[in-house]
Amino acid sequence: MSTLYKGAKPSRRSFLSGALAAGGAIAGASMARAEAAPEKAITEVQPWRTFLGDGVDARPYGVPSEHEKHVVRRGVEWLTADNVSSINFTPIHELDGIITPNGVCFERHHGGTAHIDPAEHRLMINGLVDKELVFTMQDLLRFPRENHVYFLECAANSGMEWAGAQLNGVQFTHGMIHNVMYTGVPLRLLLEEAGLKPNGKWLLAEGADASGMTRSIPMEKALDDCLVAWKMNGEALRPEQGYPLRLVVPGWEGNMWIKWLRRLEVGDEPWHHREETSKYTDLLANGQARRFTWEMDAKSVITTPSPQAPITHGKGWTVVSGFAWSGRGTIPRVDVTLDGGKNWHQARISGPSFTKSMHRFYFEFEWDGKPLLLQSRAHDSTGYVQPTKNQLREIRGENSIYHNNAIHTWYVNEQGIAENVEIS
Amino acid sequence: MLKFLKIFVPAGTGVASVLAIAYVAADQFVIDVPAPIREMVEVEPAMAQEAAPAAAAAAPITTLTAELSPAPSMAGGYGLGREAMAEEVAAWDTDIRPDGLGLPVGSGDVLTGEELFVEKCSMCHGEFGEAVGRWPVLANGYGTLTHKDPVKTIGSYWPYLSTVYDYVQRAMPFGEAASLSNDETYALVAYLMYVNDLVDDEFVLSNENFTEVRLVNEDNFFMDDRLETEFPLFTQEACMTDCKETVEITMHASMLDVTPDSGVVRAAPAAEGAAEAAPVAEEHAASEEPAAAEETGGVDMALVEDGEGVFKKCRACHQVGEGAVNRSGPQLNGIVGRTVGSVEGFGYSNVFNDANTAGQVWTEETLSAFLENPKGVMSGTKMSFAGLRSADDRAALLAYLQHASN
Repeated sequence: MSTLYKGAKPSRRSFLSGALAAGGAIAGASMARAEAAPEKAITEVQPWRTFLGDGVDARPYGVPSEHEKHVVRRGVEWLTADNVSSINFTPIHELDGIITPNGVCFERHHGGTAHIDPAEHRLMINGLVDKELVFTMQDLLRFPRENHVYFLECAANSGMEWAGAQLNGVQFTHGMIHNVMYTGVPLRLLLEEAGLKPNGKWLLAEGADASGMTRSIPMEKALDDCLVAWKMNGEALRPEQGYPLRLVVPGWEGNMWIKWLRRLEVGDEPWHHREETSKYTDLLANGQARRFTWEMDAKSVITTPSPQAPITHGKGWTVVSGFAWSGRGTIPRVDVTLDGGKNWHQARISGPSFTKSMHRFYFEFEWDGKPLLLQSRAHDSTGYVQPTKNQLREIRGENSIYHNNAIHTWYVNEQGIAENVEIS
Repeated sequence: MLKFLKIFVPAGTGVASVLAIAYVAADQFVIDVPAPIREMVEVEPAMAQEAAPAAAAAAPITTLTAELSPAPSMAGGYGLGREAMAEEVAAWDTDIRPDGLGLPVGSGDVLTGEELFVEKCSMCHGEFGEAVGRWPVLANGYGTLTHKDPVKTIGSYWPYLSTVYDYVQRAMPFGEAASLSNDETYALVAYLMYVNDLVDDEFVLSNENFTEVRLVNEDNFFMDDRLETEFPLFTQEACMTDCKETVEITMHASMLDVTPDSGVVRAAPAAEGAAEAAPVAEEHAASEEPAAAEETGGVDMALVEDGEGVFKKCRACHQVGEGAVNRSGPQLNGIVGRTVGSVEGFGYSNVFNDANTAGQVWTEETLSAFLENPKGVMSGTKMSFAGLRSADDRAALLAYLQHASN
């Protein structure tokens, strides 16, 4: 074990594979250490114990430790034609709790990240209203605000897994999601400011980016819990998340959360624009397609262990961790199985339970070193239970791309290495 | 506030859990209360602030709920913002609906559309909408929606023609959005109808006949029915013990192995490969920083930075820098000093192939002239770009291209 600390600092990757190469010997390492040579990590004086650290202004905007450089968003190059209209994935296997740090929230944009000067940004409300209005950012800051934690999941999250186990990493199978606290004004207040006409039943939200992203939103939702937000986790939205202004549409597919929000048009019919016809519609096996599949069904996934986060300590106590979420409410319960669904155990949920927000769960057990088939199963506050992939396929076929909320399986072998598999 | 809470929360109950319950209750309150009742709980913001300490003294949990109360409506509004001018609304409200709402006056024919499409769109979508690489296929695919690999095109899948018009005027050409005139947009939509076998080559599309067009797949869309079809199945009680007799692995992700290299530790033999890959990743990280630091000597970094901004106009088709590959345009590493039309694996226009045969080399001067007027300098180039009129922009772009190539 101590050889790992010789010479240059090992990368996380070589650390992991080195630990695995040592194999079963690791299991007893902590017990054996008492009899072997004392650990240099303790007996030797480390440089950081001796020499002064950085002064307070070394990093006016703090960044993670240099030992956390591997915790980054990653893309899948073959997935899209180009990285301007593309997607990358949140490193969920490296995160814990329920809040996603702003710098690693996955990115999805259709015309690149717009870099907007907030002084030149305007929000317009037009259409079926008493008064067509224009707001500056300063105007918006004068409305009463609310704070809410919500997950944002791309409708295509896990979309590459419909036809079978494909990507070996939870970052890639489930990383099109983040969960942050938003600060903003309820959309309801802005619409009240303009005055809705009685036939104003739909809202078109439009972005200021090079894709001019648009989505139609039914007025009941707009008046219910949508926010027009400018802060995430207490700081300004990141440019890739829509700085200076984005729409928050709690529990509904991420594509509707228009970034770089510049216009809200009130109408009496939906617009049927590209992102709600040619895309973000769910093609079924019979050739027909569902439209306006807005709500995100209850879903959960185990983030550790997983292919990017194997078990490296051998037999003994270990922690299975993951998160669960539902676009229809809270998650009162998550079940975990170690044997591919023969027997299930109720996991422990820890952390705040907000509606339409991530819930963190843990399941601690003493691993006997035998292979595992790990799954998690979410129950939401409406009584919905996360289905298996086969249950979904029976109804939807394999071509619907979006809204794959199936139970996911990791096979963990005797070495603790995890793999994405499907089981009977 | 937290200190205060600790006093009042009963021993044995975590502060966090009480907070959580209060938050959930408040959050559900926000969502479940219908609009009229919400207006009844209207609170003056100033009053809410004053009331807080008193409420806290009485019952801490009530105080928390009060803090989480919804932002209040104001009868008649808050008087914020200003009225939009008609010209402003007209400038932004260009969206089109299936019933024709929003269509501007104009018209365009198939042949004009074909010329525009070949010039502005074919580098990504192919000359007949068949697509290049992984860019969207726009034509045909009829009868494939029930296949294993459906081809979802304007003809085979899209329900409404208005969506095509709206999207083209909104976001196309990629990297040069909102640059088409109304007549050009009508012409392009007409051409897209033609390549989908919906009209013949004499067809003229206009705001007059637009809503007469129906696309074949319109009736195959239906409103989300998950609550009726899936909810009853997925709300049944979940089995907890002895749910299956046997479990078999039916598919491994490693069989396909399309996962990007990202520290995934693979099973036995592959694990060694991952370990070997690690130094490469480190080398890569190490090489980036010195490069950024060194290059500043003798290079006008402000100009390079400006050039990076100008390059946004190019990057839908071109890449430059480490790992740059050919897209719909050739990669641009070392373009200054490079023989014209010399990137391997890229299919150049004839005019480039001729220049290549003649041994012409790109210099700052020749490249600047080409960028100023692409079609004038290289007649017949398939590069769809109007050109950079500003000499400053061209100088900045050249500085950036040379800097990024290193």
